[in-house]
Amino acid sequence: MSNTPANLKYTKSHEWVESLGDGTLRVGITDHAQDLLGDMVYVEVPEIGRQVKSGEECAVVESVKAASDVYSPVAGEIVEVNGSLNDSPDTMNKDPYGQGWIFRMKPSNADEWKNLLDAEAYMGVTAEEH
Amino acid sequence: MGKKTPLYDEHVRLGAKIVDFAGWDMPLHYGSQIDEHNKVRKDAGMFDVSHMAVVDLFGYKSRELLRRLLANDIERLKNKGKALYSCMLNEQGGIIDDLIAFYVEDDEYRLVVNAATRDKDIAWITRIAVDFEVEVKERVDVAMIAVQGPHARGKVHNVIKSTHKPALENLAPFYSLYAGDMFISRTGYTGEDGYEIILPAAQATGMWRVLLDAGIHPVGLGARDTLRLEAGMNLYGTDMDETTTPLESGLAWTVAWEPEGRDFIGRTALEALRKNPPTDKFVGLILNDRGVLRSHQRVIKEDRPIGEVTSGTFSPVLGKAIAFARISADIETDCMIEMRGKELPVMIVKPPFVRHGKPCYE
Repeated sequence: MSNTPANLKYTKSHEWVESLGDGTLRVGITDHAQDLLGDMVYVEVPEIGRQVKSGEECAVVESVKAASDVYSPVAGEIVEVNGSLNDSPDTMNKDPYGQGWIFRMKPSNADEWKNLLDAEAYMGVTAEEH
Repeated sequence: MGKKTPLYDEHVRLGAKIVDFAGWDMPLHYGSQIDEHNKVRKDAGMFDVSHMAVVDLFGYKSRELLRRLLANDIERLKNKGKALYSCMLNEQGGIIDDLIAFYVEDDEYRLVVNAATRDKDIAWITRIAVDFEVEVKERVDVAMIAVQGPHARGKVHNVIKSTHKPALENLAPFYSLYAGDMFISRTGYTGEDGYEIILPAAQATGMWRVLLDAGIHPVGLGARDTLRLEAGMNLYGTDMDETTTPLESGLAWTVAWEPEGRDFIGRTALEALRKNPPTDKFVGLILNDRGVLRSHQRVIKEDRPIGEVTSGTFSPVLGKAIAFARISADIETDCMIEMRGKELPVMIVKPPFVRHGKPCYE
């Protein structure tokens, strides 16, 4: 049973979104996703300053098993990326919701993130996959 | 719902992620395959390999049968207990399987063959054995545990019955012996020292737990694959199959041409191929960029496709991707790999990639 924190929002493509107090959003991949992929070995983070659309592919995570695209949950601009993942991609496995975050973005629309899936809805999505 | 080995419940108890492998429900890992890989390289790990088939041959013409059946020469086994790695070929020289053969007694040999090819191999061997009046017995009553790593043998010696210790301590590489009901060989598929233990299925769980208590870490099939690739060992089905001969699979060294009069199955076809320069060769690849090499990725030279990756993975010891590839025989220098829409340079190297736990290439 994967961990799905109640205070976060989720996408069908297995990203989690955390609304930080300063209006930006932090994004990573879920525990369910890291469990499916296995040990992470590489991550390609987006460029800071890049404008992304909702659902646009903007990062890649690669495990021994497969490479997987990471999609932006909303439209906005990338403002920070997690550089520590370069040396320790396994942080995405060990702490997917904490130190395993991938990028932080400033959304174009302040409320768009509220329409994303809540924890229960996301658990419904993952349950259907089995 | 696949077949289960006698150790299935142990894997579940230890929290393994179970996946299908050749129709068997096997542990992929118990948490992290990279951690497990490192434990084998630095300490000791154990694998449940009971899905592989143990096939015993009985009859005074067993050796003759093997001279015909195997591309390598069973006559290399001068002493009882010794093991031989060989391919078993079809009439076209294509590889039916790769296996290990043990000289147990003058009228008894033991073969260990791959799980995925089990039924095919046994049908083939049984058919050929008829002419040699050899009884072919598939041992469905046994389990097999491989214990590998620099500390593997030492840890096994700590828990084995004291009567067996001296013989085990003196066991040479690629030799086997019987310790009570257990058939123990100093062989493996990781490039590390260690044992492969074949034992009665009913004793498997007990032995597994004794080995766990001895400080041997459970290791899944995920790490088994990264370890064997680092060690330069082929995997049947991905690196070679019935459409490839040993000559273009990096296994020419396992074919014993001498004595010339030994007519092993596939010899004629192989000799014809040997006369002409081979069109393909089997090489190792290292990717210095970020990314993982994977089966079927295309290898390119000056925009021309020259081959493809057979097996690829991430090497925890090198910290980069490694692979085997089958490419045009005329390629000497480095080439490119096509990966996720990009072309990246790869280095052609001679396997293995890791020896004694250390990288062979920086």
